[in-house]
Amino acid sequence: MNSEDVRCKCICPPYKDHSGHIYNKNVSQKDCDCLHVVEPMPVPGPDVEAYCLRCECKYEERSSVTIKVTIIIYLSILGLLLLYMVYLTLVEPILKRRLLGHSQLIQSDEDIGDHQPFANAHDVLARSRSRANVLNKVEYAQQRWKLQVQEQRKSVFDRHVVLS
Amino acid sequence: MDQKGYRRESFQSATSDEDMLEIAGASMDFSMADDDPPLDREMGGFSSYNGGGMNGTSTMMDFLEEPLPGVGTYEDFNTIDWVREKSRDRDRHREITNRSKESTWALLHSVSDAFSGWLLMLLIGLLAGSLAGLIDISAHWMTDLKEGVCLAGFWFNHEHCCWKSNTTFTDRDKCPEWKSWSQLILGHGEGAFAYILNYFMYVIWALMFSLLAVLLVKGFAPYACGSGIPEIKTILSGFIIRGYLGKWTLVIKTITLVLAVSSGLSLGKEGPLVHVACCCGNILCHLFTKYRKNEAKRREVLSAAAAAGVSVAFGAPIGGVLFSLEEVSYYFPLKTLWRSFFAALVAAFTLRSINPFGNSRLVLFYVEFHMPWHLLELVPFILLGIFGGLWGAFFIRSNIAWCRRRKTTRLGKYPVLEVIVVTAITAVLAFPNEYTRMSTSELISELFNDCGILDSSKLCEYVNDFNSTKGDDLPDRAAGPGVYTAMWQLALALIMKVFITIFTFGMKVPSGLFIPSMAVGAIAGRLLGVAVEQLAFYHHDWAIFSGWCSQGADCITPGLYAMVGAAACLGGVTRMTVSLVVIMFELTGGLEYIVPLMAAAMTSKWVADAIGREGIYDAHIRLNGYPFLEAKEEFSHKTRAMDVMRPRKNDPPLTVITQDSMTVEDVETIITKTTYSGYPVVVSRASQRLVGFVLRRDLIISIENARKKQDGIVSTSVICFTDYCPPLPPSSPSVLKLRSILDLSPFTVTDETPMEIVVDIFRKLGLRQCLVTHNGKLLGIITKKDVLKHIAQMANQDPNSILFN
Repeated sequence: MNSEDVRCKCICPPYKDHSGHIYNKNVSQKDCDCLHVVEPMPVPGPDVEAYCLRCECKYEERSSVTIKVTIIIYLSILGLLLLYMVYLTLVEPILKRRLLGHSQLIQSDEDIGDHQPFANAHDVLARSRSRANVLNKVEYAQQRWKLQVQEQRKSVFDRHVVLS
Repeated sequence: MDQKGYRRESFQSATSDEDMLEIAGASMDFSMADDDPPLDREMGGFSSYNGGGMNGTSTMMDFLEEPLPGVGTYEDFNTIDWVREKSRDRDRHREITNRSKESTWALLHSVSDAFSGWLLMLLIGLLAGSLAGLIDISAHWMTDLKEGVCLAGFWFNHEHCCWKSNTTFTDRDKCPEWKSWSQLILGHGEGAFAYILNYFMYVIWALMFSLLAVLLVKGFAPYACGSGIPEIKTILSGFIIRGYLGKWTLVIKTITLVLAVSSGLSLGKEGPLVHVACCCGNILCHLFTKYRKNEAKRREVLSAAAAAGVSVAFGAPIGGVLFSLEEVSYYFPLKTLWRSFFAALVAAFTLRSINPFGNSRLVLFYVEFHMPWHLLELVPFILLGIFGGLWGAFFIRSNIAWCRRRKTTRLGKYPVLEVIVVTAITAVLAFPNEYTRMSTSELISELFNDCGILDSSKLCEYVNDFNSTKGDDLPDRAAGPGVYTAMWQLALALIMKVFITIFTFGMKVPSGLFIPSMAVGAIAGRLLGVAVEQLAFYHHDWAIFSGWCSQGADCITPGLYAMVGAAACLGGVTRMTVSLVVIMFELTGGLEYIVPLMAAAMTSKWVADAIGREGIYDAHIRLNGYPFLEAKEEFSHKTRAMDVMRPRKNDPPLTVITQDSMTVEDVETIITKTTYSGYPVVVSRASQRLVGFVLRRDLIISIENARKKQDGIVSTSVICFTDYCPPLPPSSPSVLKLRSILDLSPFTVTDETPMEIVVDIFRKLGLRQCLVTHNGKLLGIITKKDVLKHIAQMANQDPNSILFN
């Protein structure tokens, strides 16, 4: 346990004409009481016991490493998502516009006015067999995901049928 | 609109394009790894159960008898067939048990199958607890980021920044390592300009967080917005919403929840945490075949995951299980109770070991006082209950009205702008008042706190008489000027929170409502508590006080009033009963307070129910038109099955398929021309004697597959649903056998059956449709949607508001 991450916190309320005070010290749990932590003792000898009775001492520990790691993980995921969003909205259309063939492919993928229930089943059954390339797989997965998000966006934002 | 009852109708469509779109989307969907086994897998080698509830291993198996991937799954926005799923699971279990006697390997397989449920619960608890820890730590840090930054390490929030240094008794917030923005930029923190700079930075950060949140939601996972509990309730009752519990929704919901909470909006994270936990449950289900392939078993797991979600949100494992039982789940078998408890415990334990609050507590506002209360205090507690009920009813009405406006008018076209405007208003109004500037959880924690000599906050600034102090047990004292300031600031905070939450809940960012309701109730409770305390102090000689509250005694605890108020308001909005009391008492650790909490919760529920029958989640379900058959309501009208069934008197007759006299082309025509999600199969059109029921999706997949894979199947091939097909002349094309997709045991009622019984059957068995017979002949069909429309009609609501099938 990191010694930086433990403390004994004693809160002492105002007593006679001494104001209230908070004491922090890096001691172990068995030493966490008024006599070890309150230094320098503001009251003279006979009053120490009365003063200490009113103080409340608590032993606390935390893990600063956990906090640091968690925040860094969170910020990295957030950063990655933001970068991906920027890529999808700005960079990818520019790249796709350069490769004309691809843009046509996207068009046909996004055209979901397909009225044939059988054609779609046929489509899906066929698609399952022609995956050869890893790159193709990634692209296919991405197209599928984009379609799914578009569907969701339509349901939630445009037609307001779910989650209004 | 439609005349034919049981079509799977989508949304407000008038054209069949929309319907086909749904099929297109669904067909695309069943090859996604999200909820369904992808078609990329080999076509051979599937498990032996198939979609008819029949045991497929024993009979003569040709290639066609094995179930195709996709058969037995459901389309998006459809209801599952509970009976079919349960019988499939029983078949599977029976088969594993039978095989386990054969070899050691099979025995191990059966043991691991039984054990898999518990392993899954363990994994769900671990994942939910870790995510909750991530959310808590990040939200704490980001909330404080609006006010300043820590120089000793940017990842520390205000409290942790000042952890090591010595703070003064009166000013516990100040330490040299923590710099507010004005201190960082200007070098000093005093003066009007510094205040304005702090204000400005606060608003800018708030706007940035909420803008990021809504852009991420809109761009990556639109299903991640809102609370999630109404949709999860509907999913657990048997509805399918593909992608709602998927990986992207999980990631986006976690990330944007932190952003939304940190931006200072009046929302909480409990509801979204339930959604996050259910996503974890759904994703982890894919690791186990038993749960991946069976929708009914999966819903058991989701119930347990919901319990784990509430458990980490409140630090209340038992309360979580009861919440899942009372609010979220539809069917809750007893086996699920023990497993939910296990999942909730594991989640709570995981969160505790991550220790997000640095003091081994799970929730920020865990209080531990044990001051007694007097019976006469039940009067103000009941007053708080009435306030909670009134506020709950008011909130539900106004929030539903606002959400309806968002749904139907142009307001709904600008979600990003809406979020920004609401955040701006909230931030601008919240900064000046210190009680709205702090995060809502901190506010509740401070309000629950009982003032002792160690406290130095404004709320505890009573006039102290030092001669009569005895330890930590302070008597009732007169309120000092700090308390009066705090009172009117709290009153302003109350008004602001009451109104701003109406516009915040339901926006397109993850938003929960437990914390804002508790805040409203806690503020109201504390105000009343301080008022009663001062009344007892100044008028201790009145008859009502003199008996038990003499001068110098500590009789009134305003912190308790805050707790009771919080429970009352939460109960008024959600209409929770047992789970609310258990959560509150697990939060406080005091068995003494069960009676006041129960009194307030009951009163608020009665008052709120008198004004409006539905809780907030049921109201949102009705607003969205989900096909949720309310399990708690009684159906008490004298209608009969023939009044509800389709086709009605003047409609064209029921579309049926005959068992062995229709060709592939005929069936395809029927499928293309109509949009029903299933067709009854009869012996012949003349006799109309029922054979079974076949689903549209299964038909489409089977026919398509047969056309491609089997030889000789052409448009004129006869489709045969029976075991022994009639012999055909040798020149005709080969027969397509589709018996395996036929459900041979559809539920039927006679046309004279009272609707009370029919509704009960639908509820208890989880049916999707029920066939109606007259004198043994098939007459019509009743679907769940017809039942829902009928109930709505009987209750004088708009039957066309039921949108989904």
